[in-house]
Amino acid sequence: MRVISQAFQEISPADFFYRNREIAGFSNPSKAVFSAIRELVENSLDATEPFGILPDIYIRLSSTSNNEVEEGFYSLIVEDNGIGIPGEHIPHAFCQFLFSSKYRLRQSRGTFGLGGTMAILYGQVTTNKPVRVVSSTGDQKIYEFLLMIDIERNRPIILGKKTYNNDEQWHGTIVEISLEGDYPRAKPKIVDYLKQTAIANPYANIMFVDPRGRLYKFERTMSTLPPQPKETLPHPHGVDVETMHRMVRATQCKTLIDFLEKHFHRVGRQTARSFLEFAGFPEDMDPKALKPEEIVRLVQAMRSFNGFLPPDASCLSPLGEEILKAGIVKELEPEFVAVTQRKPSAYSGHPFIVEVGIAYGGKVPVRDDGDITLYRFANKIPLVYDESGDVSWKVIKSIEWRRYGVEPGMPLAVIVHICSTKVPWKTVGKEMIADRPEISHEILYGIREVARKLKLYLSRKEKAKHEKARLSVFAKYLPKIAEFSTKLAGEKNVPDIKGLLRRVRRLEGD
Amino acid sequence: MREISSSTRERRKEVLLRLENFGREIYKQIEEGFFPKIIMPSRSTDNIFYDPSLRQYVLGNKRKRRSAGNIRHIRSVTQLVWMAYFVHELTLNQKTSTLRDVFYSAQAYDVPFESQDESDNIITDLESILGYAREDFNVFPEERSAVFGDLTIEYTVPNYEGRRLNLTSHPDGVMIGPALTSAEFIETSADKVIAIEKGGLFTRFIEERVHERFNAILVLLGGQAPRSTRYLIRRLNHELGLPVYIFTDADPWGMHIAMVIISGSANAAHLRDLTTPDAKWAGVWASDIVKYKLPSEKLDDIDVKRLNELARDTRYKGDPWQRELNMFMKIQRKCELEAFSRYGLTHIVDKYLPERLGELE
Repeated sequence: MRVISQAFQEISPADFFYRNREIAGFSNPSKAVFSAIRELVENSLDATEPFGILPDIYIRLSSTSNNEVEEGFYSLIVEDNGIGIPGEHIPHAFCQFLFSSKYRLRQSRGTFGLGGTMAILYGQVTTNKPVRVVSSTGDQKIYEFLLMIDIERNRPIILGKKTYNNDEQWHGTIVEISLEGDYPRAKPKIVDYLKQTAIANPYANIMFVDPRGRLYKFERTMSTLPPQPKETLPHPHGVDVETMHRMVRATQCKTLIDFLEKHFHRVGRQTARSFLEFAGFPEDMDPKALKPEEIVRLVQAMRSFNGFLPPDASCLSPLGEEILKAGIVKELEPEFVAVTQRKPSAYSGHPFIVEVGIAYGGKVPVRDDGDITLYRFANKIPLVYDESGDVSWKVIKSIEWRRYGVEPGMPLAVIVHICSTKVPWKTVGKEMIADRPEISHEILYGIREVARKLKLYLSRKEKAKHEKARLSVFAKYLPKIAEFSTKLAGEKNVPDIKGLLRRVRRLEGD
Repeated sequence: MREISSSTRERRKEVLLRLENFGREIYKQIEEGFFPKIIMPSRSTDNIFYDPSLRQYVLGNKRKRRSAGNIRHIRSVTQLVWMAYFVHELTLNQKTSTLRDVFYSAQAYDVPFESQDESDNIITDLESILGYAREDFNVFPEERSAVFGDLTIEYTVPNYEGRRLNLTSHPDGVMIGPALTSAEFIETSADKVIAIEKGGLFTRFIEERVHERFNAILVLLGGQAPRSTRYLIRRLNHELGLPVYIFTDADPWGMHIAMVIISGSANAAHLRDLTTPDAKWAGVWASDIVKYKLPSEKLDDIDVKRLNELARDTRYKGDPWQRELNMFMKIQRKCELEAFSRYGLTHIVDKYLPERLGELE
């Protein structure tokens, strides 16, 4: 027997993401510039809307290349009017991985504060330039930091720090990074992303100035913000063994029945009692006395117990039909629009809500392949890559659209928004939502509902067109019948046909 | 010589009056605030019946309604009213037209027809509403046939009105066009009509003075006889009381040329006055091929098929039809009128014609 000595090495989270940056969407220069914009814009939205602030977001991407050798280098500035970050937290918030204020059980765009830091890391490794962050919470001071990431140690390196007086009580954050990118290739996706962001956030002002100086402006058309989600307890169906360990360790409760009632979502005294009976644990057992194998058994029993109430959706922040409709009308100016919000549902203990819109005509694009245009959103984030692998696309393709009067090549868009405390991503790239039966069911029924309304509209439109053609036939022929019969009868005056034409119109219910 | 009182002027007045009444009916409905409706006999095949007493096809009791209030009808109602107006103008001004001509004329009034079939169909509708053939309202076919013999006619068409012509005036015969169709019969010495399928024989008969030797008016059918020719034959039969003998090729197609003159066609079931039920198919019969040892050809498949169809046709009951159909089937041969030339050019006139007329008279 030989002993093999190996060098074991711990790597920091920063190092891990540095080595695996493609999983966060930074796999190539084109995708990277898209992802950097997306991550920073989402941070800006998360710093405004949940705090009752109407978002004003300004994005500028400029080329920093001076010659052909350096082609493909950019400076990216994203500025918002959000709540800002207290000065002492700025270095960690931006330059340390897995440092976040979003570790809570309520819906938000991001969770781990990973995306923004990833963009900074990517900028640093491609240009070796620091990130500049300016922020204020609206108090007396504005802070400006020049930062880099110590990748091996997952620590911020502060290269410079300035403070300014904030007489105007400005609040918000400005992030400026340098990065390598390929804007010409990324442009269509970036513009799509911003346009779709404007659909999902019609209460936001978004301005984007691209490297060639073109301004893309998405203006706010409503000033109502969606209601904010409440923080929630974990639902028994969604808890795993590790979570249970932590909860048991942290709890003050002395009995299992108290523990269940206090720490779990929608579990009351009665439900807790019948669950414990089902699981075979005594009500007065001290949770801290649970042995590891008993914790596993408890979690398994929770999964298989049918007596829990489904999670409620108060922790979710759907757009609401009004906002969704306003967003669609604003960006697509359709001839017809219908939206619906499905009732909250849950998969594996995670509540979710599906919202669906359908838009026809106007500026709704017609795809070259004649398919329906699909706009996908997850927790208000547009998903612009990997459409064909998404559950919504699968559902759309499964529908017999002709039944709803839809022909290939029509200017028709379907908008699907899924919001959940835990979106079931298919991959770590967060571009595709997995096909959970509960979710695809809600999407299907949502689409059917709006498609039925579309059908009604299309058939009414068709009927109106038909009736117009019909009337024109009568208007063309009746005068001739009158004319020739008058001549044939040897009469002098042509009889009046206005009454007959009116009757044709009345038959049409016009 | 017999003096005849004829009917074409009366008939023209009647046609004009009917057209005007049709217009007044439409006019009245519009004036009273109704969508004008037109009711006419249905010409669908399930409404065509053979009437043994009239000895022709007639339409049954089914009616079709065309209403200007119906999107699917208004176009054809317009076409019909225009058509009535147009042919009224033609008839009133004594101008003639053809089916093709009418189709194009419609465009001048912005009443377009998609095809000539459509306008032909509207003309047929008008025929069935009025009960008159299109020749009565001056729409004539393209095909023309001819007539020759001692019959004096008087033209009624403009510029020729009152002028008379004897139909022996031209050795090629006189074309049966609109002017002749509308002419009045004045006098004749003939005592029969001989109708001939083909132009060659018609000329031979004139050369051989058949009209004098047999006291006959000769009519060239030119294949399936145009309706104006059928109408002329009927007038010769009805107004002058002349028996009519029809000579065709000895084949199913020749037989049917004779039959259409005698009993009419299903297509014209809505019309009267086109048939001559007492006319006789005088030959050439299948039995003549045997009797006169005529050169003949074998029947084609299509001939046999047609014979079978005719055998089932209700008009072909009785003789000579059944007898000759059976004979065709039996000998499986056919021959043309010209086959008699096998025995010399005048054989048909010298031998066959007197024998056959003698048999039939």
